[in-house]
Amino acid sequence: MLCGGTGCHSTGSRALKQALNEELIRKGLGDEIRVIETGCNGFCAVGPVMLIQPEGVFYQRLKVEDIPELVDQHFLKGKLLTQRLYVDPAKKKVIPLMKEIPFFSNQMFWVMRNKGVINPEVIDEYIGRGGYFAAAKALKEMTPEGIISEVKLSGLRGRGGAGFPTGLKWEFAGKSPGDVKYVLCNADEGDPGAFMDRSILEADPHAVLEGMVIAAKAINSHQGYIYCRTEYPLAIHRLEIAIRQARDYGLLGNDILGSKFDFDIEIYQGAGAFVCGEETALMRSIEGKRGMPRPRPPFPAHKGLWEKPTILNNVETFANVAQIIANGGKWYSSVGTETSKGTKVFAISGDVNNIGLVEVPMGTTLRTLIFDIGGGIPDKKKFKAVQLGGPSGGCVPAQYLDTPVDYEEIAKIGAIMGSGGVIVMDENTCMVDMARFFMDFIQDESCGKCTPCREGTRRILEILKRICDGNGNPEDIETLEALSATIKEASLCGLGQTGPNPVLSTLRYFREEYLAHIHEKRCPAKRCVPLLKFEVDAEACKKCGLCFKSCPAEAISWKKKETAVIDKSKCIKCMTCFEKCKYDAIF
Amino acid sequence: MTDPFQPRHPDITEQMWEKIDAVIHMNRNKKGSVITVLRECQTVVGYLPVELMNHIAKNLHLSSSEVFGVASFYSLFSFVPKGRHTVKVCLGTACYVKGIKEVVSRISYEYKIKEGETTGDRRFSMEGVRCLGACGLAPVMVVDHDTHGAISADKVITILERYK
Repeated sequence: MLCGGTGCHSTGSRALKQALNEELIRKGLGDEIRVIETGCNGFCAVGPVMLIQPEGVFYQRLKVEDIPELVDQHFLKGKLLTQRLYVDPAKKKVIPLMKEIPFFSNQMFWVMRNKGVINPEVIDEYIGRGGYFAAAKALKEMTPEGIISEVKLSGLRGRGGAGFPTGLKWEFAGKSPGDVKYVLCNADEGDPGAFMDRSILEADPHAVLEGMVIAAKAINSHQGYIYCRTEYPLAIHRLEIAIRQARDYGLLGNDILGSKFDFDIEIYQGAGAFVCGEETALMRSIEGKRGMPRPRPPFPAHKGLWEKPTILNNVETFANVAQIIANGGKWYSSVGTETSKGTKVFAISGDVNNIGLVEVPMGTTLRTLIFDIGGGIPDKKKFKAVQLGGPSGGCVPAQYLDTPVDYEEIAKIGAIMGSGGVIVMDENTCMVDMARFFMDFIQDESCGKCTPCREGTRRILEILKRICDGNGNPEDIETLEALSATIKEASLCGLGQTGPNPVLSTLRYFREEYLAHIHEKRCPAKRCVPLLKFEVDAEACKKCGLCFKSCPAEAISWKKKETAVIDKSKCIKCMTCFEKCKYDAIF
Repeated sequence: MTDPFQPRHPDITEQMWEKIDAVIHMNRNKKGSVITVLRECQTVVGYLPVELMNHIAKNLHLSSSEVFGVASFYSLFSFVPKGRHTVKVCLGTACYVKGIKEVVSRISYEYKIKEGETTGDRRFSMEGVRCLGACGLAPVMVVDHDTHGAISADKVITILERYK
C-alpha cells in the first residue's frame, strides 16, 4: 500500500513504486506481493509512506535506494527495516505498527475509512469494502422521505464550514416544485491551509459519488455536478476515472441498478476564484458567468442553478452520507457532542510535527488534535496560537486549547469550525503580520460587488501594512474595529461577513502585539522586516558563526571567538541569519 | 463552420487556430461553456490575446465584453505572455507560516522579478498562488509541473537554476 497522494507524489512515490515492482520481480516475489497505489494516507509530513499488509507495518521517508534492502529484509528475511520506521519524537521510541503510532491511534476513520486501504482507481475495491450498498438500499428500498428523515436523525451538518443541517437542506429542495433539480458537490476547496476535500477525492472518490446518488434520490434530481478547483489535477483525474467506472457498472446513468432512477454526474472545473466556494457564486460560475454571489432569498433550494431547485453540499458531507444510510442515522448520532455529530476531518499544518490529514470524533479537544495527534511544536518552540477556519476564521490562543471540536463551542471563542484547516503557529509568528496576510487574501479575492467588502478590506489592509512597516498611529486600532464591524454588517455573502474575523480575533487575543508595533515600533516575534534593526546582540551572541556562513550577500563578518557584525550597506534583509541563529541574538 | 475571416496574431499559428476551432465547435451548444473554452484555448496558446477572445465571443454568440468580463474575473486566465517556465509560489497560510516570504524575496532579488512578472529574457514567470493543498510540504513551489516541497531561501536558487 504505497501512498499516491499529491504530497507523496512530490516526495517521489511514483519512482518508488516502479523500483519496488522491479525489485519484487527480480527477487521472484512478483506474484506474492502486490504493490497498490492508494490515495492520501494522511501522514504527509513523513512521506513517501508505505503500509505493508497484513502485518500493518508502516514505513516512512522511503527512498529509491532503500528498496533493495527493504525487499531483502522485510519480505525475504521477515525482519524490519528499522531505519525507515516511525520514531516517536518525544520518547525516541521506534513504533513499527501503524495502528500504534499516536498520529493514527487517536483518530477515528469514518469518512476516511478507505484511505490508504483501497486503490481509488478501481471501483471493485470500493465495492469490496461495502461500497454502493447504501446507494442500492436507498434506490430500491427507501422513499425520498425515508432518506431525508434518516439524514436528519443522524444530525449531519454541512462540513464546508457553516454547519447547516444537511437533512433540512434536502427537505427544502425535495419539497420545491419542479421536474428539473440539481445536486451539486462543492469541491472548490479554497481556504488556504485546507486540503481535506482534495485528499478525500484522491483517496476515495466513489464515496462522494455514492453520497450524491443518494442525495439525488432524496430530492428527485437527475443531474449532478462536481465543481472542483482547477488546482487539483490529480483529484479531477481520479474523479473522471471513478465516474467512468460507475457508468460502466450501471451505478450512474439511466435506470441505475434496475431501479428506474436516472442520475448522472459531470465534473466542472473552476478557474481560480475563491469566492466561487460561496454557493450562489459557484452556481453562477457553472452557468459560465462571473462568479459573483447574489442575495438570498430565493435560496438555492428553490431557485439555484439555471433557476432550478438545487442542493449544494461539500465533499466531506457527501462522503458521510453512504454510511448514514448503511448504518442508520441513530448509529451516526451516537458519536459527537450535543449539537455536532459524527466525525470531522482536519488538515493540520504549520508549525507542528505531524503535518497531515486527521479525522477525529466531534468533541475532541484542540489540545488532543495538536499535541497528541499533531505531535506538538517542532524545535522545542512554544505554542502561540492555532488558526481555525481559514480566512473566515480566527486565531485561538493557548488558554482555549481545551475547547472541544464543536460548531457552537468554537464559535464562542471567536473562530469557526470552517472547512477544517488547522494551522498551528509557534512563538515566532507575528500576529499582526498574520492578520495582514489574511486581509491581503480577502482583499484580493473580494469579487467587488459590495462596496463595504471591496473598499473596506482594502482600507484594513492599508492600515495593517502601515502598522507592520512601523508607521502605525494610536487611533488605528479603533479604526480597524469600526471598519471590521461595518464590513461584517453590510456585506452580502459569507466572504465579507466573515472576512474581518482574523483581524478581530487577533485584536481580541493579541492586542499587546499591535500596541508594540504601533507605540514601540517593535515586532515581538521578529517577523516584520521594517521594524528590525539587523544588529547582533553582543551579550546573546555565542560566536558560533552560523549567520556568517549562511549569509547570501556576504554582509556578515565574523572570526572565531568574536561577535558577528552585520554590514547594513551590504545586507539585503533576507532574514536568513534570523532563521539560522539559535540564540535569538539578532534583532 | 467557423469564421471565414479568421483573425491573425503573431503568437497563434495555423495549427493553433485549428485546435481553437475544434474546442469551440465541441462546446458550441453547451450552456455556460465559455469558461471551459477559455481554459482550453489558453492551454493551446499560453495566454489569451484580445483577438482570441473576440474570436471566441463571435463563435459562441456572446458579446466580447461578456467574454472579457468572465476572463478577467478568474485568476487562471492571463492576458500577457508567460515565461518559458512558470514558477508558482504558494502563498497559503501554512507556507506563509513556514517562511515562503523569504523565498519570494530571494527569487525577486536573484532574477529581478516581482510576483506576477516575467523576466526580461522570458525565462521565468513568477506567480503567487493560493493554497496548493500540499501544506504537508510547506513551503511549496511548483515549477512547470514539478512540485518542490520544504524549500528555503537558500535552496530555491539551486532548484531554479536547473530550469534553463
